[in-house]
Amino acid sequence: MSFESELSKGEFTIPECIECKKIVWPPTEFCSNCFGEVCLKKGVFEGKIIEFSKQNETYFCMVEFENTVKIMAKMLKTPKIDQIVKISKCGIINDNYFFQVN
Amino acid sequence: MVFISGAERYDSPGQILSWDDSRGEFKHPIFWASIFTKSYKREFSISDEQLALVSVKNHKQAKENPNALSNKTYTIQDVMNSKKLTDDLKLLDCSQPCTGSASIILATEEITKKITDNPVWITGIGQKTTSAGFTKNETFSSMESTKLSGQDALKMSNHTIHDIDVAEVHDAFSVCEPMALESLGFSDYGEGMDMINNLYDTNNFKINPRGGLIGSGHPLGATGISQTIEIAQQIQSNSNKRQVDNANVGLVHNMSAAATSSTVLVLEK
Repeated sequence: MSFESELSKGEFTIPECIECKKIVWPPTEFCSNCFGEVCLKKGVFEGKIIEFSKQNETYFCMVEFENTVKIMAKMLKTPKIDQIVKISKCGIINDNYFFQVN
Repeated sequence: MVFISGAERYDSPGQILSWDDSRGEFKHPIFWASIFTKSYKREFSISDEQLALVSVKNHKQAKENPNALSNKTYTIQDVMNSKKLTDDLKLLDCSQPCTGSASIILATEEITKKITDNPVWITGIGQKTTSAGFTKNETFSSMESTKLSGQDALKMSNHTIHDIDVAEVHDAFSVCEPMALESLGFSDYGEGMDMINNLYDTNNFKINPRGGLIGSGHPLGATGISQTIEIAQQIQSNSNKRQVDNANVGLVHNMSAAATSSTVLVLEK
């Protein structure tokens, strides 16, 4: 089980070190801080919009989770800075990760 | 003695960093540039019209560069009316990928003194990579890797930023020029556009005399060498109509991967 295999099934997880409890981002098999084993936290995570822009009708946002994990995600409604959002869709298409929040 | 060449094709796949997965489906450079632009405008209350001056200035300066991709000049209104790529980026805010190459000769001090009477010395080098991913940037309105590499290069050369007479900075997009100037210390944070305004109003070619990336084109693998050639020619008083007066100490700023990595050189007579 890896971040990528979970993402390919449409599940967004947060990698965390079993030893030092640090969030490991970008996801790796072993902790980038202490080389400890990494587990994947599952759940419905709340993210915060840090910045955004728009192309045609699609907003693209920089979203931060747990003060560490930042991703670029699509959003259909008008975002606001510091708005709290959740992952509504995610996966891998044509070798590209994709994330959508609302 | 070594001969160094950089080269690129206009359609190089290297323009898009496919490995930076945290960008999701937004991997084209216009997306990080839009985030930088929006963040910079928000933090320092800068407008699109103000940023458009970067493109106007650099295209004007590129007109004096026979190697520039285009010799067209533009007004702020031209930039504002150019194709809208995102809400925060117009086509003329962007440097244009193109085919090109550039070469320099590097030699030891001993050999250099034998082969030229007009050498240019590299007196400072700084390189910093803060992360491998755009989303790991701590801020989106300044360039931390540029700040750190600039400090290292200036320290090695025993100069301060006030000693720099001429510089090429990596204006891949309009917003990159004020951000680079601020992160290098040419101006305080949020005041890069004041400096650019002043340079434009006084026809001073101190920053990006060859037109930068926006004016000259951006063959990615050749750009750093091209920047270095420009500053070397400035220091050798060999830049014709774009020559900056009393150019004794110059600086080259190159960055990549959405400013997560920067290299700065100090060159001098």
